[in-house]
Amino acid sequence: MATAAALRKTYFLVFGALLLLTLLTAGIAYVDLGPLSFAVALAIAMTKAALVMIFFMHLNHSEFLVKVFAGAGVLWLLHMLTFTLADYLSR
Amino acid sequence: MSDKSTAALAHQFDDPEQQLEASTLGMWAFLATEILFFGGMFAAYAVYRLAYPQAFAAASNHLDILLGTVNTAVLIASSLTMVLAVYSAQFAGRRAQVTFLLATLLLGTIFLSIKGVEYAHKFHEHLVPGAGFRFDGADPRHAAIFFSLYFAMTGLHALHMVIGAGLLIALTVMSWRGRFSAVYYTPVEMVALYWHFVDVIWIFLFPLLYLIGRH
Repeated sequence: MATAAALRKTYFLVFGALLLLTLLTAGIAYVDLGPLSFAVALAIAMTKAALVMIFFMHLNHSEFLVKVFAGAGVLWLLHMLTFTLADYLSR
Repeated sequence: MSDKSTAALAHQFDDPEQQLEASTLGMWAFLATEILFFGGMFAAYAVYRLAYPQAFAAASNHLDILLGTVNTAVLIASSLTMVLAVYSAQFAGRRAQVTFLLATLLLGTIFLSIKGVEYAHKFHEHLVPGAGFRFDGADPRHAAIFFSLYFAMTGLHALHMVIGAGLLIALTVMSWRGRFSAVYYTPVEMVALYWHFVDVIWIFLFPLLYLIGRH
């Protein structure tokens, strides 16, 4: 378990990173990256989501079973999106 | 252990730590269902965006990117104050807890107010799907699908924020009465998990709704 002061510092660092990534994703939307635009926007959003889940939602200090539950939510979502798109994209 | 902290320990648990772990696991199980609840809408979005990319890009350009970016920053700031409220429950006193809970509530209210301004603009510009819908782009029929998804997804998100605001008010009262300490702060951590989850949903809604076809 991290000390209180270190924990507090981490929260502010994560906050700064989230703000920078927000400005980055808004700015890069005006750059023509072709089909990569969507991939870049999604990658930045997933990085931000991971930062929130790991540090703000304390997955870094959670016991193993909690991590499994969190991972299961994401895994089931990916199942839904993958099989839905596999259908629509192959018609 | 003081009387106050033992009073918060339900009899089926060995110790406060086990009680917190059980609540955390239950909360994540609920959040997994919430991921799939929103996930259905994200799937609908993916299907229609792949089918009508031009109409989606043209419709997305009618959203206010400045208000969207400011609101993203406001929500991220509210996540910071929320996690600091949890931190205060663990390491600081009642005063800090109440301050950070009220700060979170204030930022949440600012987010909802800005969202309300955006909705008002859309009504004014006839961009709400229905009889009054007017869109001067090439493909109004499919632009309407974008706006239907926009209102459904941001509306459901806003509803979650309103519920979160109610939970924050309840927490503030509990905190004011001195209910939380380093031994027992489970309700603060559970509401925080919910609040951060709502933040994560917005982190995906922002690029998917506001940032397509901008160049």
